[in-house]
Amino acid sequence: MQVYLDNNATTMCDPQVVEAMQPFFSELYGNPSSLHKFGTSAHPALRNAINQVYSALNASDEDDIVFTSCATESNNWVLKSVWIDHILNGDKNHIVTTEVEHPSVLSTCRFLEEQGVKVTYLPVNEEGIVEAHTVKSFITEKTALVSIMWASNETGMIFPIKEIGEICKDKGVLFHSDGVQAVGKIPVDLQDVHIDFVSMSAHKFHGPKGIGALYIRNSQALSPHMHGGEQMGHRRSGTLNVPYIVGMGKALELATTNIEEKMASIRAKRDRLEDALLELSDTFVVGKREHRNPNTILISIRGVEGEGMLWDLNNGQIGASTGSACASEDLEANTVMLAIGADTELAHTGIRLSLSRFTTDAEIDYTIAHFKSAVARLRAISSSFAVVQPTKGGEAQACEIH
Amino acid sequence: MAKADMLGASLWDAYSNKVTTLMNNPQHQGEITEEEAASHGNKLIVADFGAESCGDAVRLYWEIDPKDDRIVNSKFKSFGCGTAIASSDVMTELCIGKTVQEAVKITNIDVEFALRDTPDVPAVPPQKMHCSVMAYDVIKKAAGLYLGVEAESFESEIIVCECARVSLGTLKEVIRLNDLHTVEQITDYTKAGGFCKSCIKPGGHEAREWYLVDILADTRREMDEEKMKAAADAGSKGDFESMTLVQQIKAVDAIVDENVRQFLVMDGGDMEVIDIKKGDEYIDIYIRYLGACNGCSSSSTGTLYAIEATLKEKLSSKIRVLPI
Repeated sequence: MQVYLDNNATTMCDPQVVEAMQPFFSELYGNPSSLHKFGTSAHPALRNAINQVYSALNASDEDDIVFTSCATESNNWVLKSVWIDHILNGDKNHIVTTEVEHPSVLSTCRFLEEQGVKVTYLPVNEEGIVEAHTVKSFITEKTALVSIMWASNETGMIFPIKEIGEICKDKGVLFHSDGVQAVGKIPVDLQDVHIDFVSMSAHKFHGPKGIGALYIRNSQALSPHMHGGEQMGHRRSGTLNVPYIVGMGKALELATTNIEEKMASIRAKRDRLEDALLELSDTFVVGKREHRNPNTILISIRGVEGEGMLWDLNNGQIGASTGSACASEDLEANTVMLAIGADTELAHTGIRLSLSRFTTDAEIDYTIAHFKSAVARLRAISSSFAVVQPTKGGEAQACEIH
Repeated sequence: MAKADMLGASLWDAYSNKVTTLMNNPQHQGEITEEEAASHGNKLIVADFGAESCGDAVRLYWEIDPKDDRIVNSKFKSFGCGTAIASSDVMTELCIGKTVQEAVKITNIDVEFALRDTPDVPAVPPQKMHCSVMAYDVIKKAAGLYLGVEAESFESEIIVCECARVSLGTLKEVIRLNDLHTVEQITDYTKAGGFCKSCIKPGGHEAREWYLVDILADTRREMDEEKMKAAADAGSKGDFESMTLVQQIKAVDAIVDENVRQFLVMDGGDMEVIDIKKGDEYIDIYIRYLGACNGCSSSSTGTLYAIEATLKEKLSSKIRVLPI
C-alpha cells in the first residue's frame, strides 16, 4: 500500500477534472480571444468555469475573479501592485503581514523592504495564529495593506479572517488573504467576510497545477502584474489557459459541493489518526482541532528528527512532510516552525500529515501502524532516549536553537 | 545556477548506498553499561555532543582496555537525520580496535570517505557534510575525558571550515597568494564554505568562532596595509631586488600611481603592469598600454623612456620596461 499524506503540498488531480479538461487540448483548441468559431467555441465552457468559481466562493457579480498561473503569482500581484499604486504613487509606506506566511508573501515582502517599504511581520501565538487585536494594534495611518493567510499550510490553523476583515474595513486599509489552504477545503463565503483580495490555487483542491486565481472585491483598481493583450477584462494578460480554467472550475465545484459532509468525513479520519499518534509518549500536536483545517496534523515527536522520520515513512511508502532544517536544501530551519515553537524542538521534530477526500480508512490504519513502528525504531537509536548517562564532564553544552 | 539546478529536492538521491543501508540498519547503535565494561576489566567513557534543540545530537560509548588504551568496543546513540545516523555508525566502526591516541586522528573526512561507495563520488550532498563533523567532535571529547585533557588540545590549528577541514592559516595564505576578493573564490580554491555554509557568515546552521567574510576582510586589509608600506619603503629606497613578486608589483604600481599615471590619463590613456621577470642582468617589467596610449607613437619612444627612467631612479637601475 502507498499512502499520500502531503495534500497541503499538492493533491491528486481528480479524474473527473482531467476528463472535463480533455476536449480543450486537441479538439476545442481555439484562442478564446478570436472572433471565429474556433475561438468562441470554448466560451460556453469558460463561462461555466467562471460561474462555478463565483458560486463556490459566493462572490458577487460586482467582484472580479481573475485566473492566474498560481497563487504565487496572485500573491506577488497584490503585494507589488499595492506598492506601486499606494506607496510609490501614494502617501502610504507600510504593509502588515505575519511571520508564518507562505514564501511567496514573505519573500515578496522582503523584496519590498529592499525597495524602502516598511513591513511589520506579526508574531503568532502558541497555536500558530495571529490574533485580531494584534493586527489592530499595528495598523497605522500609513498602512497600505494587511496581508494575512486564511489558513496555515504548516499547521492547518484557521485565522480569524472575519474579525481581521472588520478591523481593516474600520481602519480603511486594504486586506489581502492568501486563501490557498482554505479555498476548496473549508467553507469560503466572500460576501460574509470583508476582504479586498484573495489568492487561490487549483492544485490544492484536486485541480491541475499551473492555474490559480485572484479575487478582487468590487472590481477595484489594482495595476496589472502582467502586461500584454489585456485579457480577463484588461486585468491579466496572456492567452487564456482554457483547459486549466475549465479544470479549476470543475475542481472547485467538486470540492465545495456538500463541503460540510466532505469535511466531516476527512475530519473523522484525521481525528482517528491524530488520536492514535498521540498515544505515543512525548508527542504534541500544534493547535486546537476546532480551529484547524480538518485535514491537517502537525505533530512533534520528541527524540525523532524530522528528516529521519520522513525517511522511514518513505520506506513504508508514506509521503509526508517536515519543517526540519535537515530536510531542506540549505539547512535553514523553517521560519514558520521557529515562529510557532520557539521554545520547543518543533523545528527539528515536526512532521506534517495532510489528508484529502481521497484518503481511505485502510490508509489511515496502515499509516498508524507504520508510523508507530518508525517512531519505535528511531527512538531506539535516539540519544534522547538513551539510558547510560555521559561520563562526568562529557555532557553536551547547551545549544542555542537555530 | 544552470540546467542541473532547475530541479531541486534531490537530496536523498545524492546519498551513497552505504549511507542508505546504515540509516536503515545501523550496525553499532546501542549502549554499553558500566557493569559490562567493568566485567571485562575495562573502562567506560560516554561523551555527548549536540542536543535535540540543535537539531543534531550524538552519544558515543567507548569500552577501553586500560593496559594499552585500546578501544575494544564502541556504540552510539543519535538524534539526527539519516546521514547523522550513518556517520555515527561508521565513526563507531572506525574507532573499534584503535587506541585512544589513534582514534583522535579520525576526522570527519575519514568518516565521509568510509561512507562512499566508490572512492571518487561523495557519500552525501555538500550540505550534509556537516553531519560527519559531529563524529569528529565527539571523538575528541571522549578522548579528552579518558586522557584527562581538554578536547581542544587535540587540535593544533584553528579549523575555520569543519566540513572541509580548512585551517585559518591555509585560508589566509590562499587569499594572499591568489589575490582573492570574494568568498565564492575562497570556496573555489579551498572548498571552505562549500558544504553546510555555517562558516561563511553569522546566522548559518551553527554559530562559529571564525567566519570567512571576516577572514577575507581582515586579510584584504592587511594586504592593503602591506601594499602601502611597500610603496612607502620603495619611495625610501627599499631593496627592490629582494622583494617578493607581489611586493615588486605593488611597488611599481605605487611609483606609476605617483609619477606617471596622471600624465597618461590626461591624454585619455592608461597602463597596467602585467608581469615582472627577474634575470641576472635586468629586471624586466612587462606593461600593457590602455586607452589612447594603445597605438600612440610616443608609447614606444618618449613615454616609454620616461616610465623606465622613473622606475630606474626610484626602484632599481636594472629595470627594463617592455610594452606588450
